[in-house]
Amino acid sequence: MTEYNFAYLDEPTKKMIRRAILKGLAVPGYQVPFASREMPMPYGWGTGGVQVTAACLVPEDRLKVIDQGADDTTNAVSIRAFFARVAGVATTTRTREATLIQTRHRIPETPLSPDQILVYQVPIPEPLRFLEPRETETRRMHALEEYGLMHVKLYEDIARHGAIATSYAYPALVNGRHVLDPSPIPRFDNPKLESPAIQLFGAGREQRIYAIPPFTRVVSLDFEDHPFEASKAEGACALCGATTSYLDEIVADDAGTRRFQCSDTDYCAERRA
Amino acid sequence: MNAETMSEAPLLSVRGLTKRYGGRIGCAEVDLDLWPGEVLGIVGESGSGKSTLLACLAGHLEADGGTARYDGRDVLTLPEPERRRLARTDWAFVHQHARDGLRMNVSAGGNVGERLMAGGARHYGDIRATAEDWLARVEIDPARIDDRPSQFSGGMQQRLQIARGLVTGPRLVLMDEPTGGLDVSVQARLLDLLRGLVRRMGLAAIVVTHDIGVVRLLADRLMVMKDGRVVEAGLTDRVLDDPQHGYTQLLVSSVLPT
Repeated sequence: MTEYNFAYLDEPTKKMIRRAILKGLAVPGYQVPFASREMPMPYGWGTGGVQVTAACLVPEDRLKVIDQGADDTTNAVSIRAFFARVAGVATTTRTREATLIQTRHRIPETPLSPDQILVYQVPIPEPLRFLEPRETETRRMHALEEYGLMHVKLYEDIARHGAIATSYAYPALVNGRHVLDPSPIPRFDNPKLESPAIQLFGAGREQRIYAIPPFTRVVSLDFEDHPFEASKAEGACALCGATTSYLDEIVADDAGTRRFQCSDTDYCAERRA
Repeated sequence: MNAETMSEAPLLSVRGLTKRYGGRIGCAEVDLDLWPGEVLGIVGESGSGKSTLLACLAGHLEADGGTARYDGRDVLTLPEPERRRLARTDWAFVHQHARDGLRMNVSAGGNVGERLMAGGARHYGDIRATAEDWLARVEIDPARIDDRPSQFSGGMQQRLQIARGLVTGPRLVLMDEPTGGLDVSVQARLLDLLRGLVRRMGLAAIVVTHDIGVVRLLADRLMVMKDGRVVEAGLTDRVLDDPQHGYTQLLVSSVLPT
C-alpha cells in the first residue's frame, strides 16, 4: 500500500500525538487534550487507541490486538488487519511475542515486560463525568486534587448494594496525584495497572490521551472498612481449567447451560498447548 | 453576645466591598464586622445587592474592590485551592433553593458525607454514623439515610442542606434566603432548628433575607441595604423598633400586621 503514509496517519499528526503521549507520561494520569483525527471507523470502535498505536508503531513492531481479551473478535480482527495493511507490520496473537498490544477492556493475563507497550481504547476518560457533568468543573477538581466526589460514588455503592458494586472502569489514584479511569477493564485487572510495560490510553471521541509510566504506583480507591477487591467469577475455565484467570460466562446451549471460559484466548491456548 | 466575645477580634471583617455589573452597581462600599457566635441579618428589597454581597464573600462572584479579612487573611484574594478548602471545611453556604446546594441523585447519607470524604475520611462505617447523627440533629428520620433528596419535601431538603454544610463543624455559615419558598409552619420549624444549631455550635452566620420576621428571630445585628449600599446598621431590635433611615422606616412599616 503506497497510497498511505506508514501506519495511516501523516507524520505531523503522529508528531502531535507523540507530544501528547510524552506529556501524559510526564504527568501520570493527567488527561492531555489532543487533536483527534477522523479515522476510517466509527467512534466507539477504538479511534483513540488506533491513533495512539499509529503514533507508536515502527516497522519492526509485532502487533497484537485484543477485544475483551480475545484475538478473534470483530474489533480485534479488523484493527489488526488494518495495521497489517497500512503499516505492513508483523502481527501476532501471542502476548509474549508482541511488542505493542492494543486492547479493549482487558489487560492480558500473561505478565507484560519492560519492552512492551499496552494501548487502551477509552470511551470516557473522565472518571468524574457521571458525578459532575461540567467539564470546566471536573478539570478544576483534577487541578485541585478534589477527589471527595469519587468516594461519594463508592459510598453510594455500599449504601445501595452492601459492597462496592463498581465492577469495571474502577477508579484508581496514579502516582499519588491523579485519579484516572482505567477504561472499562474489569476491576480484576486493576492490580495489573502497576506494570513494567508502558501503558497508554487513547480516547478518540473525547480527544484525550493519558498514560501510566512503567512501575508507577496505582492505588484503587476504597474505604478502610470496605477494601478494594479484585473480583472474578467463581469457577474454572471449561477449556484449560484455569482458576486464577478472568472468566467469561457463556450460555452453551438452548437449555441454558452455563460454563466459564478464559476471557484471554491467548492465555487459554497457551495453557492447553 | 457577652463581653468576652466582644473583646475578641472580629471573625470576618469586610471593608469597602464593591461589585459592579458593567455600569450598574451590585453592591458598593460595604463595610461589616462579624464576631464569633454572632448572627448578622441583611435585609433589603430584591435588587438591593444583598445576595451579590453574599455571593462575593462566598467566592461565587468575583468582587471588584474591597477586602474581606477572615482569620487574618483576605478571602477575596485567596488562591483558589485555599478558598475552596475553606469553603468546604470552615465555611458553609445554605442556598435558597436546596437543589443548588444538594446532589439530587446522591442519597441523603452521601450528601452529608461528601464534605467528610473530601476532607479525607475513608471509613465507611464512621461516615455513615456521622451522617445518621446529623440527620437526627436536623430532625430527619435516620431511617431515610439512603433516600435521595428528590424524595424529600422542600423543608426536609433545606434541613438536609444544612446538615450537609454543618457536618464539618464550620465556624461561619452564609445563608441566602434559607426559608424562601417554604410554607409558614415549615419555616417556623426551620428557624427554630437554625436558632438551636447556631447557639449550640457557637456559629457565626450571615443571613440574607427579605423577611423581617426571620431576622427578628435569628439575627443579633441587622444591616439594611438599598441600591447596593448599606443605609442602616445596628442591633436588630433597635433597627426594627426605632428605624432611623427613611427606607428602613418604609420597610418596617410595610410588614403586614400578624
